[in-house]
Parts: sequence; structure tokens; C-alpha cells
Amino acid sequence: MNFLADTWVGAWLEGLGRITLLTKETITSLLRGRIDSRDLLYQLYFMGVKSQSVVLITGAFTGMVLGAQTFFQFHKVKMDTATLAVVSVSMCSELGPVLTALMVAGRVGAAIAAELGTMRVTEQIDALRTLATDPVDYLVAPRLLAAHIALPLLTAEAIAVGIGAGYIVGVHLLGIDPTYSWYNMLRYTQTGDVAVGLIKAFIYGGIVAMVGCYKGMTCGEGAEGVGRATTESVVYSSITILIANFFLTLSLGTIFHSL
Amino acid sequence: MIEVRDLKKSLGQQRVLDGVSFRIETGESVVIIGRSGGGKSVLLKHLIGLLKPDAGQVLIDGEDIVPMDERALLRVRRKFGMLFQGAALFDSMTVAENVAFAFRHNNSLQPEEIRQRVASALEVVNLPGIENRRPAELSGGMRKRVGLARAIVYRPEIVLYDEPTTGLDPVAADSIDQLILRVRDRFNVTSVVVTHEMRSAQRIGQRILMLHEKKIYAAGTPDEIFHSNDPVVRRFIEGVSDPKEPGN
Ligand SMILES: Nc1ncnc2c1ncn2[C@@H]1O[C@H](COP(=O)(O)OP(=O)(O)OP(=O)(O)O)[C@@H](O)[C@H]1O
Ligand SMILES: [Mg+2]
Repeated sequence: MNFLADTWVGAWLEGLGRITLLTKETITSLLRGRIDSRDLLYQLYFMGVKSQSVVLITGAFTGMVLGAQTFFQFHKVKMDTATLAVVSVSMCSELGPVLTALMVAGRVGAAIAAELGTMRVTEQIDALRTLATDPVDYLVAPRLLAAHIALPLLTAEAIAVGIGAGYIVGVHLLGIDPTYSWYNMLRYTQTGDVAVGLIKAFIYGGIVAMVGCYKGMTCGEGAEGVGRATTESVVYSSITILIANFFLTLSLGTIFHSL
Repeated sequence: MIEVRDLKKSLGQQRVLDGVSFRIETGESVVIIGRSGGGKSVLLKHLIGLLKPDAGQVLIDGEDIVPMDERALLRVRRKFGMLFQGAALFDSMTVAENVAFAFRHNNSLQPEEIRQRVASALEVVNLPGIENRRPAELSGGMRKRVGLARAIVYRPEIVLYDEPTTGLDPVAADSIDQLILRVRDRFNVTSVVVTHEMRSAQRIGQRILMLHEKKIYAAGTPDEIFHSNDPVVRRFIEGVSDPKEPGN
């Protein structure tokens, strides 16, 4: 087995193990209620309120482009009024959660990794420990909880804005019949689609926060270490989100469609 | 009481400590001297459990802290205050929030009381009235003193000082030396001071330990160390480089 430990597979597995342990510790900390509500509120503000512009723009333009493109294709087969249904279902279960999570990974995940990484290289994390404060309680737990709360809300917002923008483009720009569009949308969009989207967002929030925290807390020395931790946190959380999305679509799809 | 037994530690490929042993009594002040890069900061971090040794024991009041997990260590660390070599202030907080950090979960103190403790701690380090400044707005020496205020404000039983006077002007350095002695005498605090200033070492230390070649090379009262005939100790104290080691 020694050859395995020396390859990137070994390093990857080791990282996976450590991040799992960190997650376990964080969940224990959350369950014991060791976090400060002020820290949580600040993180919620940072992740939720400060991500508004990013999420609104992403949601709106995705909805619009999706509406336009779907219309162009469906128009050929005279299914114009199904456009909004496609926009709605894909925004709810795929594009809303994934794109929001990717944007948040770029904004929030990178900020977490950079902040914690800087704290590590300047010994601030050690200083926390000497002041009898567990960095997991103080730094990781509020960020994980805030991401779990913020991401579903941001996703819901992106979905709503995306559908709204798609509606405006479809009805006012491309001249689809509004009544039938609306009717078809409600008919084909099920509660399950919305639920899948929100469950996914909850999970992606955890991925963004934990990868950011892990990369920050284990960051290498100096400015270079912080830079690398920041980049890696964005790359790894984005890739993890994309891969997880496939498996979540399969498994959640099976669950919700067999109900 | 702090007791270190046969401590060994490698960082990266390099062995930093190789069989360090000593004992520090409660209320004693001990100065650790040694060459730059000799492992003094690393040794200090072992005393408070920030680093785990590869082998050996660290006993704090008779309790071995090496096998303890992070949770158990938190309890032991309440006894400690530590001043980091680079101050390690929380740069997202004001000076007052930094100094008051240890009181975050202390519900027995009123906010007004905490404010007063912070103000008087800042006064003690000769920095009154800078509560609302941010660490980034302070000079290196000021940061160091804020770090010192943060380490002693909650009156720990053991204080570890990593180069408390480096980067301070002689007057400020002298007042910090006095402060370390005052803190020791008033609260019977055990003090471990890493320093390069021979004058401070002589004044603060009841005992001096010299870390050399990864071990405690010499130990004794300031008189013994300063009048030692050992060539290595003499060279260190007089600040003469070894002719056989060019470039050092
Ligand atoms: N995180 C680390 N990773 C690898 N090596 C390290 C690390 N920290 C310290 N070292 C090495 O350990 C040795 C001792 O470092 P340490 O900081 O304890 O020296 P010091 O005696 O405090 O020096 P100074 O008086 O300059 O502060 C150095 O050679 C340093 O290169
Ligand atoms: Mg040092």
C-alpha cells in the first residue's frame, strides 16, 4: 500500500479523511451549541446580504438566456408555451442551486480560505488556542451553519429572479402567450423540483464552507500559501459541487419521482 | 510547575529539539536564551500544547499534556497567557476587543468591569487610550505591547513571553522588564521569557536556560551563566561569533 500513499491519490484520500474529521468536529461543536450568535449573524450578513448582487445577476441572466434559447428551439416545433416550464424546472432543480453555489464558492469560499489562511500564517489561530478558544468553535462552526442557512435562501432567490427574468424575456420580448405559459409552468413544475433545489443548495453550502475552512486552516506558509489555499478552495469546491450535483440529481430524482 | 522531559521534535526534515529537559517551579521566572533559529519559539509552543512533540513529556502541574486532545488542552490553557514573537493580534478586531478576548465567555464580569480591566491593562503597558485603534494602525512595538496586555489581562498562572522587548526602544524595553517582574511578584506568576537582550535576561531571570545544539546546553542563575567559563556560553553572552564557523 506504500506506493499509494506517495501518489496524488494518497494525498487526495488523506485530504478527504482530514476534511471529514474536521466536519465531524464542527458538527459536534454545532450540536453542543458552542457557537456565538453574534459570529453567526455576522457570517450570515457576509454570506447572505453581501452576495445579493452576484446572485441577482447570475439568476436573472441565466433565466433570460435559458428562456430565449428554449424559445428558439421550441418555436420550431410550435411548443412556445412550454418555454417557461422548461425555464422553471431547470432553474429549480439544476441551474439555480449549482450556479448560485459556484458563485458563492468564488466569493465566500475564497474569502473564508484567505481569511483563515492569513490567520494561520500570522499565528492568530495559535493565539486563539492560547486564549482557550477552539478554532473549530470560533471560526469553522459559525461559517458552516451560516452557509447552510444562506445558500438555500440565496438559491430560492436566484430561482425566483431567474423565472421572473425568463418570463419577461419570453412574454414581453419574444411574444409568448402569458396565460398558457404560466399555466404550463405551474403544471410541470412540481414541489419535488423545488425541494431538490433547496436540498442541493443546503449540501453545497456545506461543501463551500468546509472546503474553504479546511484549506484555510491547513494553508502553507507565507503569502504564497494563502494564495494557493484560496485558489484551491475555489477549484476544489467547484469541482466537488459539479460532481456531487450529478449524483444528487440521480438519487434525489429517484426519491422524489417514486413518491 | 512546568516540567519537560526529553523532548524531541522535528519540523520538516530538520530536527529542532533533541532531548530537551528542564523544570520550572511555580512563581519562578526563567529566561531562555539561544541562537536565532535555535528552536526557542518552538520549545515555548510545546509548553502550551500548540505543537506536539515527537517524543517526550510536558508536565503542567504534574499533568502530562502531550497525549491530551484539543478539548482537554483548552482547560489546561486557561492557566496560560502567551505573548507571541509576532504579537499575533486579531487584525479584524480593535485593540480593546483583542485584549478583552479572553473574557468573551465570562459571564461573571459586567461589560463595564471588562472595559476597566482592558483600560488598566493597556495603561500597564504604557498604551493608554488606544482601545479603538486597529492592530494595522499600530507600530511593531505597540503591537507587541498590546499582545502583552492581552496575555496578562486575565491573570493567568503561567505566562510565556516570546521576545517581549525585541523591537522596542530602550526605555519601553526597560518598562516591559519591570512589568514582567511586577506581574510575577504580584500574582506569583510563573514566567518563561525568551529573549536576546542580555540585560533583560540578567534582570528578569532567576534562572537562565541556554538552548544550544537542540538541547539545554547550560542552566544556572544569571551570575553563574554570566561568569561561566564555557566557551560557547561566553561567546553567546559577549556576542562574539565563532571563528571556526564563518558566515554565522
Ligand atoms: N512551521 C515550521 N516548519 C518547518 N520548520 C520550522 C517551522 N517553525 C520553525 N521551524 C524551524 O525550526 C527552527 C527553530 O525555529 P524557532 O522559531 O523556534 O527559532 P527561535 O529560536 O525562536 O529563533 P528566533 O530567535 O529567531 O526567534 C528553525 O530552524 C526553523 O527553520
Ligand atoms: Mg523565536
